[in-house]
Amino acid sequence: MEQVIVTNNLTKKFGSFTAVDNISFYVEKGEIFGFLGANGAGKTTAMRMLCGLSKPTAGSGSVAGYDISKEYEKIKKNIGYMSQKFSLYEDLTVSENIKLFAGIYGMPLKKIKEKSAQILERLELTDRKDTLVKYIPTGWKQKLAFSVAVFHEPKIVFLDEPTGGVDPEARRQFWEMIYEAADNGITIFVTTHYMDEAEYCDRISIMVQGKIAALAAPKDMKKEYNAATMDEVFRKLVAGTFNQE
Amino acid sequence: MVKVENISKAFKKVQALNDVSFHAEKGELFGIIGPDGAGKTTLFRIMTTLTIPDNGSVLINNRSILKDYMEIRKNIGYMPGRFALYQDLTVEENLNFFASVFNTTIEENYHLVKGIYSHIAPFKNRKAGKLSGGMKQKLALSCALIHKPEVLFLDEPTTGVDPVSRKEFWDMLYDLKNMGITIIVSTPYMDEASRCDRIALIKNGAFIDVDTPENIINNFKQTLIALKADNMRQLLKDVRKCSQIKSAFAFGAEIHAVIDDEDKIEDINNQLKNLDHKNIEIYRISPAIEDCYIWSR
Amino acid sequence: MKQLLSFIKKEVLHIIRDKRTILILLIMPVVQIMLFGFAMTLEVKNIRVAVSYQYGDELAEKITARISASEYFDIVKTINNPINISSYFIKEKIDTVIVFSDGFSNEIYKGGTPAVQIINDASDPNQASTVTSYISAIISSFQNEIAGAASPVRINTELKMLYNPELKGSYNFVPGVMALVLTLICAMMTSISIVREKEFGTMELLLVSPMKPAYIIISKIVPYFIISTINLLTIIALAVMLLDMPVRGSFTLLMGVSFLFIFVSLTVGIFISSLVANQAAAMLIAGMGMMLPVMLLSGMLFPLDSMPKFLQVIADFVPASWYFTAVKKIMIEGQGFMNITKEIIILNIMLAVLVIASIKKFKVRLG
Repeated sequence: MEQVIVTNNLTKKFGSFTAVDNISFYVEKGEIFGFLGANGAGKTTAMRMLCGLSKPTAGSGSVAGYDISKEYEKIKKNIGYMSQKFSLYEDLTVSENIKLFAGIYGMPLKKIKEKSAQILERLELTDRKDTLVKYIPTGWKQKLAFSVAVFHEPKIVFLDEPTGGVDPEARRQFWEMIYEAADNGITIFVTTHYMDEAEYCDRISIMVQGKIAALAAPKDMKKEYNAATMDEVFRKLVAGTFNQE
Repeated sequence: MVKVENISKAFKKVQALNDVSFHAEKGELFGIIGPDGAGKTTLFRIMTTLTIPDNGSVLINNRSILKDYMEIRKNIGYMPGRFALYQDLTVEENLNFFASVFNTTIEENYHLVKGIYSHIAPFKNRKAGKLSGGMKQKLALSCALIHKPEVLFLDEPTTGVDPVSRKEFWDMLYDLKNMGITIIVSTPYMDEASRCDRIALIKNGAFIDVDTPENIINNFKQTLIALKADNMRQLLKDVRKCSQIKSAFAFGAEIHAVIDDEDKIEDINNQLKNLDHKNIEIYRISPAIEDCYIWSR
Repeated sequence: MKQLLSFIKKEVLHIIRDKRTILILLIMPVVQIMLFGFAMTLEVKNIRVAVSYQYGDELAEKITARISASEYFDIVKTINNPINISSYFIKEKIDTVIVFSDGFSNEIYKGGTPAVQIINDASDPNQASTVTSYISAIISSFQNEIAGAASPVRINTELKMLYNPELKGSYNFVPGVMALVLTLICAMMTSISIVREKEFGTMELLLVSPMKPAYIIISKIVPYFIISTINLLTIIALAVMLLDMPVRGSFTLLMGVSFLFIFVSLTVGIFISSLVANQAAAMLIAGMGMMLPVMLLSGMLFPLDSMPKFLQVIADFVPASWYFTAVKKIMIEGQGFMNITKEIIILNIMLAVLVIASIKKFKVRLG
């Protein structure tokens, strides 16, 4: 199987503080990879390096076959990104957002038309395509943001807490969209604070203080830590280090 | 202590709250649970006298939010959704400032915040902007508590916080509740419902249910089952095709589904076997709050 | 009272924690004075002048000699026939041509009114008008000497002669810089500091507290009032010491009018903060919305008299233009309280209107 993300001893330091400490892992094509950890464990820093936004202090890595320290421009063309905080322009309409992001990635006009019609239909947003995004319920917004993030058919899509605050039903529909994208060969790299969502991943890693403390399929991890749910595993791994500065 | 009656509020196009009512007793830990955009923040702003409702009334300890708002403001503590702290002031300066805003001193009410503030006291000369998320949260909570409020309003204090830190935060709330402070808290995380004395489930600006978590679960009248098999993703697709199943959603390592009749479990099992699923498990379960939310009405 | 004091203390901490801003605030007036006083002065120097008069005209020659003696003008050409003057502007890079009428001296001896034509390259209108007034000033002073009679020269020239004998352009800028700096600090910084609380969500907390809205406003005002006073004194000191600017009128009156203007500007800032929701908007409205009218419509750069009527009307609504006039009267013309009552009354009315509007607009609740 093709490895689309590989890191070797990847490290990032800010002054004397080591945010990401020597992490090595790989993600395979079409895999849903859950990237978990407590707030401040280094998840965001690691993700930034993988997206080519931040240069590693030491170690190396490649994303979609490109070196993350040197070929970050090429990486950006081959990935999609979506976060809870920012995903769409609130003051543009649904179809303007789709066109904008498709345009950013240089898709041909004909293809943009074709595909945006598809997306609108799939999300049942055709009637509301001229509605400003801010008037659309959060759940729908996130689904639309995801569609936009995979619009240019990236090899990998990075999702930073995509379902935070989303209502339970929409959250699950969101994950069904993730499954579908994964079935189409798109690799999913996702962070979440919902531990039930950890169960939906093919493999997960749990970061503790800049290091990867555990990495396995959810089933195996629960077995190893003798826990019934991922929530329990998480508590066992993270709890010991909490309350430190 | 807090009486909310028939509150409605609309902003231009959007009906943010629609005829919402609940009572919270003194010393109660009351949760308002629902996703973003359901109307939680609007309700909090109305209860804290910041916004005037279109309809309905709110009494905080028998004071009206319309007439006696100045009196209410002296006696409530409020922590808005994002950490409202002065980032360029130190931990101690922030706490000092909020104490003097309420005409009190840190010393006077230190016993109230001691449990929480002691965690951040070692960093009291650090600027609030340089604190970690968890520390900021503790400082904000200390600032909201320093004047010994009758009611503490916490709007989404745990959003975006990891499960371990969340648990720790709820433990702090328990300590405050034990000191007799009434707490109204909102959260999008359904699993936090069980930590409240009573909850209101809010969906699209209206309450679906107001009760203790136990009662809400006991009042769930539909038949809920859990399903498992080796290939979960395929299982979800196939389960949706079963005519006996009304609707189904993934729930962690299981799929939860509502069926008409418990007797149909065997039927479903056979159908799934015929579709080549391995290690199928199907069993009746009692719902969690999240199930109640999804399958409400 | 303790509430208020701790709130003021907090505001002071905000300001001194932000090293960059405080540095800018205190250095800005110095830089402005330097810029406007020296570099950007409208004083004209080395103006290339051509003169035309009838050969042998005695008085015309004398006037020409006097113009030539001035450090501002270089007589580069004497023309005996004023035909095709425009070609000199292009070929010889002449800025100004002075044409004396034929029989200029005779006309004066006869007691008539001889004609002098001053032709300017008006592509720089400011320079052109300055040059015109300099030259007419020189001519009229000469006329006074020889005729001992009142000259028919325009009044505005007279004023410049009286109060600004060296015709120094920088004088006008000092009141302008004072108006500009005080507007910027008071209106912009106050509105930003209030709006910042809205943006960070702390305003929500303050509103939910028993803090009186008046306290919030007073505590925002006090530190900027102090900084403004420091700036005011800095500007006056620099103007007096570096630019030889006189303070002919009463210093107390000057400070009094300045404090009045500071209060007006502070209320403008508070009013702006009640209109906008974020710092960028506050900066835009207070910065662009206040700074441009102060620069363009107060009279500091362009004389108000020469503006179209509707701009003059707009200028009447800019507090800075009244302050500018009052300061000019006090510092340069040395006039007393009685002569600036109009400005003082208008600034007071503006203050009252703004205070009422701000109180009406300041919300004890969120929108």
